[in-house]
Amino acid sequence: MNAPAIWILLPLGLSGLIWLPRRGRTVAGLGSVIALLLAGFAWLIPIDAALRLGPLSLKIAPSMQVLGRRFLLSGADQPILTLIYALTALWFFGSEAAGIARRMVPLGLAITALMIGSLAVEPFLYAALLIEMAVLLAVPLLSPLQQVPGRGIVRFLIYQTLAVPFILFSGWLLAGVEASPADLLLTAQAGALLGLGFAFLLAIFPLYTWIPMLMEESSPYAVGFILWILPAATLLFGSGFIDRYAWLRLSPQLILILRSAGLLMVVTGGIWAAFQNHLGRMMGYAAIVETGFTLLALSLGSQNGVLIFFMFFIPRALGLAVWSLALSTLRSNIESLHFSAVQGIARTYPVVSTGLIIAHFSAVGFPLLAGFPVLLVLWQDMARVSLGIAFWFFLGIFGLFIGGVRALAVLVMSPENSTWGLGETWQQGILMGLGLIVLFLLGLFPQLVQPLIVNLPAAFEHLGH
Amino acid sequence: MMTAVISWISLAMLFMTSIGLLLARDWRWSLGLLAFQYMGMFWLVQLHWPVAMAAVKLVTGWMVAAVLGITLSGLSMGLGDSGEKSWPSGRLFRIFTAALVLLPVISVIPNLARLLPGIGLPEISASLLLIGMGLLHLGITAQPLRIILGLLTVLAGFEILYAAVEGSVLVAALLALTNLGLALIGSYFLIAGPEPSEEVG
Repeated sequence: MNAPAIWILLPLGLSGLIWLPRRGRTVAGLGSVIALLLAGFAWLIPIDAALRLGPLSLKIAPSMQVLGRRFLLSGADQPILTLIYALTALWFFGSEAAGIARRMVPLGLAITALMIGSLAVEPFLYAALLIEMAVLLAVPLLSPLQQVPGRGIVRFLIYQTLAVPFILFSGWLLAGVEASPADLLLTAQAGALLGLGFAFLLAIFPLYTWIPMLMEESSPYAVGFILWILPAATLLFGSGFIDRYAWLRLSPQLILILRSAGLLMVVTGGIWAAFQNHLGRMMGYAAIVETGFTLLALSLGSQNGVLIFFMFFIPRALGLAVWSLALSTLRSNIESLHFSAVQGIARTYPVVSTGLIIAHFSAVGFPLLAGFPVLLVLWQDMARVSLGIAFWFFLGIFGLFIGGVRALAVLVMSPENSTWGLGETWQQGILMGLGLIVLFLLGLFPQLVQPLIVNLPAAFEHLGH
Repeated sequence: MMTAVISWISLAMLFMTSIGLLLARDWRWSLGLLAFQYMGMFWLVQLHWPVAMAAVKLVTGWMVAAVLGITLSGLSMGLGDSGEKSWPSGRLFRIFTAALVLLPVISVIPNLARLLPGIGLPEISASLLLIGMGLLHLGITAQPLRIILGLLTVLAGFEILYAAVEGSVLVAALLALTNLGLALIGSYFLIAGPEPSEEVG
């Protein structure tokens, strides 16, 4: 038995099997249990070390050969496996309430397995191809068969596919750079291709236009899942690049590029969010801002920056899950998520509206919410680097905050004589309530998730040094 | 000598197929040209890979064309430009834009040839030509099937160049899966949409 078979092949195979049950609740339950079990195994069972179970001795080999290349999941990768599968279970848990369990859980499990594959494949450049496959699987998740494919999904497919040639070719050039590091022209060419590839993959400004478009035309919960897992896997893949190549890690230009790209995403995403009149598009811009935060954390180039980078994983996933579940609930009951259609909806959907606003303010880093501790630390570190950067950082957050205040004003703007009601189902209400409690708990006690994230940087031994 | 001649013929064929893909309005022509495109690609790839491995590209390409063809033959619509009225769709315009793409492609070829020693001029030219034409295709259409054809053309161009620098079987398999996946997504896009309501009575 080997680790890639357990955490890549097994979920890929099971993703086909859990398509069979007809009831969404069964599919969501099975998917959550499978993802939780995989997370539990990654947490408890050591890789490449003998585990004694009574008379039995079990040892999981770390690698698997496929067509002459290796997939490797070592002990250092176990915290990442635990985190990704645990958060995937969280998404699957809410999929039934969002009404897309039968579509999302099988495809989501396969996408997660491919993303893990992208972290395991060696040479790690081939990850671009596995991410592309996950993108292809994401298309039916984002655009159901009954729906005419919109511009957002087409643009998503184009941008993600165009990333593949850039990254694969830059990988080949990087090998040349390693052989002759003094060749500045080759280094510049490899860096430019690599930057373009990641700009497409991570939807860096101005290549993020598909995100707000998709938020308008697809199920917000499905888009939320993709907006969580795709940047997460891509950022880990990108961190692998930085970790692997010393010239890249030590290059002052890398810090500058990461900082500029991150700041552009925070500022433009935040300012655009302030002017949106569509709740879905607003979440899309918030996701863009959050990707900008992670790039800024990486740009710190310190161990603290790496820790901040990993600290974003849980609040981001949880915030997006609560936010997109709220939007999905509203979308299934109201014709559109445009401000004119959701005006005063807080009286008929109070729990969902609260969840939506709290998740929005958590993304802004509002005190007592999950995003607050990590954003505060990042902002402090940015201010140490440059007060100008800290100001632009604040401007982006302020834009997002204005968007949240506008959304709040619209949601509560109902006629005086309208009555209060509970339009959500009990399942949606309970899930939303649980999500809200955890958002507050993580804001008040951020150390609760410390055991999950403290060992994450171990997979990247040179990052931040 | 003979190999070089066939390589240049392949390049000429790829030039014609990529221009043809841009101009064709009938899906049968488009898919036929796509199939021919993969033949040219096969020849240029087999210069660097064993024939058996290069044949994977050809077989995959033909499977891609077959998947799209089977889907389209079951539909009443074609590749017409009915959904893209706002785009300039005249053939002259497309030929003009193709010429505009060719200019930078031709100017980049010598630089790339210097950067990639050991790779012949036909491969580099064919690769850049297909990438350029594919990108042009992506830029002037909003129709999902044409987008897929554009993406397949870009990937075909990239694969010609990448085959010269990377001979991994795993990469060949993953790229073949990516091409097939794109074809399946193209088919999915073609059949997606609300089912026509059946009249009762």
